[in-house]
Amino acid sequence: MNIPENLRYAASHEWILVEGDTGTVGITDHAQAELTDIVFAEPPAIGKTVKAGEVAAVVESVKAASDIYSPVTGEVIERNEAIEADPALLNTDPFGQGWIYKIRLSDPAELAALNDAAGYRAQIGG
Amino acid sequence: MAGSSIPQGDKSKKEKKGLRDQLGFAHSFLMQRTPLYDEHVRAGGRIVEFAGWEMPVQYTGILQEHKAVREACGVFDISHMGEFFVKGPDATAWLDTLLTNNVSQLPVGHAQYSLMLNERGGVIDDLIVYRLAEDRFLLIVNASMIEENAAWMRSHLSGNVEFENRSEAFAALAIQGPHAAEVFEKIFHRPMPADRNRVEEIEPGRSYIATTGYTGEDGFEWLVPASESANAWNTALAAGAFPCGLGARDTPRLEMGYPLNGSDLSPERTPLEAGLGFFVDLKKTTFTGRDILLEQKASILPHKLCAIRVLDKAPPVRPHYKVYVNGEPVSETTSGALSPSLGYGIAMAYLPPAYSDIGQEVEVEVRDRRFRAVIVKKPFYKKQP
Repeated sequence: MNIPENLRYAASHEWILVEGDTGTVGITDHAQAELTDIVFAEPPAIGKTVKAGEVAAVVESVKAASDIYSPVTGEVIERNEAIEADPALLNTDPFGQGWIYKIRLSDPAELAALNDAAGYRAQIGG
Repeated sequence: MAGSSIPQGDKSKKEKKGLRDQLGFAHSFLMQRTPLYDEHVRAGGRIVEFAGWEMPVQYTGILQEHKAVREACGVFDISHMGEFFVKGPDATAWLDTLLTNNVSQLPVGHAQYSLMLNERGGVIDDLIVYRLAEDRFLLIVNASMIEENAAWMRSHLSGNVEFENRSEAFAALAIQGPHAAEVFEKIFHRPMPADRNRVEEIEPGRSYIATTGYTGEDGFEWLVPASESANAWNTALAAGAFPCGLGARDTPRLEMGYPLNGSDLSPERTPLEAGLGFFVDLKKTTFTGRDILLEQKASILPHKLCAIRVLDKAPPVRPHYKVYVNGEPVSETTSGALSPSLGYGIAMAYLPPAYSDIGQEVEVEVRDRRFRAVIVKKPFYKKQP
């Protein structure tokens, strides 16, 4: 199971890549594998303010719909339109082309509550 | 978990959940397993609960398996389904009193789709009747309904008839897809029977093949003794069939507009409301539920099961989503999916007669948003020539 070292992980299976005051958010390889074929994705609108732990996006597999919770609080500054056109990117490249949105962090201290790769690996029993 | 949203009556009422909720496996000690359970696990099958059974919802992925069924050949474990044997001089007449279709007109070696109704004309189960001999029949019924069906049939026994529920003795495979005939030849070293809806007794009481299925594709179903299931499964795989889970059984059947009992059929709806009048012979003098059907036929059906095509780009429509006409909620979907073959949303719903014509515009609500849709003719999917 791929769990990149440079990311932080929410217990709800989202990852965040932090660069300065900006974070890129997606779902983990483990999550996409468990969800199976993703056929619909809806990233949040630019300008939307989301709180840590609140629903920011929705992805749907053939069999189920899943809420995506924002790992941090902030304002959405970019949304990945490519996953709307090709939701399978979430399956094929969850840490790359399958990113969901970018957020301007309003409280970087929240990152301390997230897991590092080792912590997340332990959580999923990998 | 994903598989629990396979339509299965009201249990399928699926709340949207976060990833964390979706990722936990819930196992019950009451679950049944088919004799192929170990094969599924070995082949990487993702096991979920379906109708009280632990079944593979997929192996590699539902979309890929769906494609295999539509473009090549898939094999499904359908051992959870029930096998009833009925025989005796009065077997034909007795079945004709319980089932909607005409058993007496079914030639030996042929199969017939039929329905068993309650006194109110509602559907207890839909099933296939296979005529093995003049006075011997095999019935294949839905997994969730085995006990209820058997109890109903036993309580209605009459005349010189023997009824046997042998569901646990059999394993069954459905081998479906445009390449099914090649798979058949590799297994049996002879051509697949050319005609649909035929049955052959390979070994009386032990092994059967029938050119029936639930996908709209060519193919056959193969019954073997439970103890020989692994051998049959591996023979089918070696002959070129792709292992397919229940997920890839649900999407092809919905693309064909075939109903699923517990979702599209219920004890509260008659086969006429479900659009299955073709499988109801009202000329038969008597069968359970007939009076109600005659009354319905003489007046207007209260509802009609309609095929709905979603026109807007929308999230997948699932069972129990609200259907609107002119801004008013009028019904809810009984089945729904994003059709893998067609690339748009498809669903079924019971609609009042005023709104059930082909071309009727409706809206389907997904997460508080409504998407444009239209009633179309079944099937949604037409096989490529």
